Amino acid sequence: MGFLDIKNATKSYGNVEVLHNVDIAVDEGEFLVLVGPSGCGKSTLLNMIAGLEDITSGEIAINDRVMNGVHPSNRNIAMVFQSYALYPNMTVAKNITFGLEMHKVPKPERDEALQSVSKLLQIEQLLDRKPGQLSGGQRQRVAMGRALVRNPDVFLFDEPLSNLDAKLRVDMRTEIKKLHEKLKTTIVYVTHDQIEAMTLSTRIAVMYNGYVQQLGTPKEIYDTPENLFVATFMGSPAMNILPASVVMKDGVPHAEITTSEGQNALLPFNQENMSDWAGKDILLGIRPEAITDPDGVDRKSKTVVPISNRVGVTEPAGADTFVTMELAGKDCISRMRADADVTTGEIFDFVINMDKAVAFDPQSEMRIK
Amino acid sequence: MSSVQTQSVQTGRIARTFIYLFLLLMALFYLLPFFIMVVNSVKPLSEITGGNMMALPEVFTIEPWLAAWSTAQVGVEPTGLRPYFWNSIKMVVPAVAISTVLGAINGYILTKWRFKYDTILFGLMLFSCFIPFQIVLIPMARILGILGLSGSTYGLILVHVVYGIGFSTLYFRNYYAAFPTELVRAAQIDGAGFFQIFYRILMPSSGPITVVCVIWQFTNIWNDFLFGASFASGSGAPMTVALNNLVQSSTGVKEYNVHFAGAILAALPTLLVYIVAGRYFVRGLMAGSVKG
Repeated sequence: MGFLDIKNATKSYGNVEVLHNVDIAVDEGEFLVLVGPSGCGKSTLLNMIAGLEDITSGEIAINDRVMNGVHPSNRNIAMVFQSYALYPNMTVAKNITFGLEMHKVPKPERDEALQSVSKLLQIEQLLDRKPGQLSGGQRQRVAMGRALVRNPDVFLFDEPLSNLDAKLRVDMRTEIKKLHEKLKTTIVYVTHDQIEAMTLSTRIAVMYNGYVQQLGTPKEIYDTPENLFVATFMGSPAMNILPASVVMKDGVPHAEITTSEGQNALLPFNQENMSDWAGKDILLGIRPEAITDPDGVDRKSKTVVPISNRVGVTEPAGADTFVTMELAGKDCISRMRADADVTTGEIFDFVINMDKAVAFDPQSEMRIK
Repeated sequence: MSSVQTQSVQTGRIARTFIYLFLLLMALFYLLPFFIMVVNSVKPLSEITGGNMMALPEVFTIEPWLAAWSTAQVGVEPTGLRPYFWNSIKMVVPAVAISTVLGAINGYILTKWRFKYDTILFGLMLFSCFIPFQIVLIPMARILGILGLSGSTYGLILVHVVYGIGFSTLYFRNYYAAFPTELVRAAQIDGAGFFQIFYRILMPSSGPITVVCVIWQFTNIWNDFLFGASFASGSGAPMTVALNNLVQSSTGVKEYNVHFAGAILAALPTLLVYIVAGRYFVRGLMAGSVKG
């Protein structure tokens, strides 16, 4: 039983069901991120929590109060929109206090709330301006101020950073995280950017095709993705998915893959139950940072396997160098230290960290546990 | 390179000369009748009947204007156009105001509070813009009779509001379609009700389209003759009908100078509205189309 309880919520437009039996319980003070590609139903779910779209079946409760059919303004929520949705004809101060005015809060209290919020967000010098005179980052702050001033049970963010340029986006991301740590309010945040999801959240719900594919902490989502979609959607560059077959050697299950030179390489699993898959085909999932040069290996990892392979393309990216190669007939990306000594076209001794490898059933595309 | 440039400038100059000549000709074509009206409205009658209509006045007089305004024979009474001018004002102001407000509310509902079959309803309202006036004369007369409004200014207001809603709804719907729905949603979460959202959020941003709507409605309703002649008679008639009566009813000598003055008087308000708000008119039309 959570603070924000979404029970079996379904949304249909006519005969088309766009959201299927969503079950999420969010505890008080949590930062839940709904992430997924466009059209996955994440914004619809957010609008259902806000009350802007009604719930076809199921139930949404906030603080033990069932919210089905309750008007958005009576749910004690606040929302930050993608376009910020600042009222163009009102000053910043009016924008922030409009909600309080509508809720018939007396003027002295409104002014007090305005003071504390504008101080918190450092927008005191902007209060007399109109939204048209503000920069993107300032508008973003004002939009957050408008949400904060209501002191809501739940904050809803609908892709709030997608209209900002790259640098400002990173700054605002940190700022939102700081704000959450300071205020400890429950937040539901929608984004299609998996880095935002990983950095901000205490828990992530990865959505696709109207289903919640996986709900878990950022670490669970990243290290043990439930299925192939979650594995490839989260993480950049994406997880390498290599076709392999399972063979037994010395009583230990190994994944057998072909290198670029046509040789077979054996990669031992440290997962006992993989022996059940002996003789069968699987999909091996390895994150780019789990394939490195020998010096870049994580000292704590137990199963580290060297593999000789021809280097395809090297892409120095400043902090890291990305190396593309052909492995198991697929393009495979590895992430190395910036000063790793790799040369395009030559054979190089890569090291694969099998601690971080996951295996998927090629039929069901679910992770083999 | 440079020779090509001079050449292109020269052909440009020739083309430009032709364009300006053509524009001048067109302007003359439109301004000449107005010139004749103004010139002849400040001449004594004898100068018109005895001489050239195009000539400038030898004796300047504002007598015809005063006569047209307050003493000329309109129908049976020698009242001038003054009482009918006020009739028109009493008809135009409420009719414009009501049809604009209703159009704005319709536009707001049709874009931000969508419901089933709303596009069909909007289509029907649009259709009303294209129904010729003559078709509705008899049914409208019947309805005004049932409501007890026939022959009154209120009846005319009703007719013009009903006819105006189609256009004002079209204007506001297209304008509000470009208005971000997220603002309405934000206001909903802030706790603003249906009408609060309308007049606190949408109305303050509706300046340009309101000007367009008001000019359009004002011009149409002020210039209407058919409804005025059909549904309001005698002392309740609007300016346009009175002008017709003025021209038709002069016994004996036709006082052309008074007629010219009266016609200008009748046209003056629409002209004034356009001069005052005209630049907003163009701006509003652009805003509606470009944003959508």
